[in-house]
Amino acid sequence: MIRKKVDTVAEALEGIQSGMTLMLGGFGLCGIPENLIKALAASSYKNFCCISANVGVDDFGLGLLFGTQKVKKMIGSYVGENQEFERQMLSAEIEVILTPMGTLAEKCRAAQMGIPAFYTPAGYGTEVAETKEIREFNGKNYLLETAFTSDFSLVKAWKGDEAGNLIYRGTARNFNPLMCGASKITVAEVEELVPVGTLDPNQIHTPGIFVDRIFQGDHYEKRIERRTVQNT
Amino acid sequence: MALTKDQIAKRIAQELKSGDYVNLGIGIPTLVANYVPEGIEVEFQSENGILGMGPFPKAGEEDPDLINAGKQTITPLPGASYFDTALSFGMIRGKYIDLTVLGAMEVSDQGDIANWKIPGKLVKGMGGAMDLVASSENIIVAMMHTNPKGESKLRSACSLPLTGVRCVKRIVTNLAVLDVTSDGFLLIERAPGVPLDEIKKATQGRILIPNQVPEIQV
Repeated sequence: MIRKKVDTVAEALEGIQSGMTLMLGGFGLCGIPENLIKALAASSYKNFCCISANVGVDDFGLGLLFGTQKVKKMIGSYVGENQEFERQMLSAEIEVILTPMGTLAEKCRAAQMGIPAFYTPAGYGTEVAETKEIREFNGKNYLLETAFTSDFSLVKAWKGDEAGNLIYRGTARNFNPLMCGASKITVAEVEELVPVGTLDPNQIHTPGIFVDRIFQGDHYEKRIERRTVQNT
Repeated sequence: MALTKDQIAKRIAQELKSGDYVNLGIGIPTLVANYVPEGIEVEFQSENGILGMGPFPKAGEEDPDLINAGKQTITPLPGASYFDTALSFGMIRGKYIDLTVLGAMEVSDQGDIANWKIPGKLVKGMGGAMDLVASSENIIVAMMHTNPKGESKLRSACSLPLTGVRCVKRIVTNLAVLDVTSDGFLLIERAPGVPLDEIKKATQGRILIPNQVPEIQV
């Protein structure tokens, strides 16, 4: 059994440097690596390129990295709901690349799976296609999109074991499984870290081979971005 | 009388067929889930990673790990499943989703759609819209016929940056139901009591108006 467990967030982030490219799991505030984001926000590192679906809100999630000016380039799909991010985008303090959400997911998955590039129809005929190779298959046009290259993947799962096996919960799964193994180093934080042999192998979503370091996070806030309930 | 947003949603819900897997966009499309006709069994997908999405939770039962693509709290119905976002877009790209309903800023009479960016205004991103419109076989647009300035949103060509080309099949607005054909928009139904002239005037693109145009039943 290969053990992936580390004891501290500092150990989990060992080797991170300013200017690196980071993939961060989560969709909005759902399934985000809260402990790792907080540690990065409190660190002296900066000028990161971040790959993530969204940009969090001003005082939580990925927003903590914009509030502390840690990001020089953002690759995402939808970047609303964060005023400080908006300010940095409009004042060109930060470079922003917007990518169709399915393409973003597949660029992560391709990096994970050792596939350098793929064709997708998303964005054909739009400005997303402007600099890309177009090819026709069976009468339909597709763009060539390349896999991401990245230094660290920072993901969040519900449960994990010391071998790095991960189980997600609900729609907190989102981009997290796709980013495991998609960077040189993958760090997973989990709500509950259990001894090996505790998790049912039938239920594992991400096998430990894709994870380099795992630790149990603490003080999960799991904030809700748009609390919506039934009218009663 | 022009339709309300809820009536637009209700009219679109009449398009649902039992067995359909359906993706609803943000805004009016979300309301469609409230009007699934009696006896029709469909499943709603949300592209962040759920199939079998149910209603919003009761107060006090919200779960931060259960949201839709609009970041709203949701509940799963019996038979629901969760999956990663790549698999989710595989369902979309692989044409497993039978119907996509989304909002738009403009639609052209060739079926082009613009719904993600206004030059000079803050851009928030396309989210999953480009993937959805590039892959779905059956796309219904739910929108107002004109914008807040009174300008037609049904145009000979979109003036705004495109989300996708030649993809929209049907449009349901507050004034009418229209199909996109090789000869432009074809008026299928009109809102109750709305004169054909008014629809014609509010449509900047090519529009075909048959002799008999039934009223929308909602």
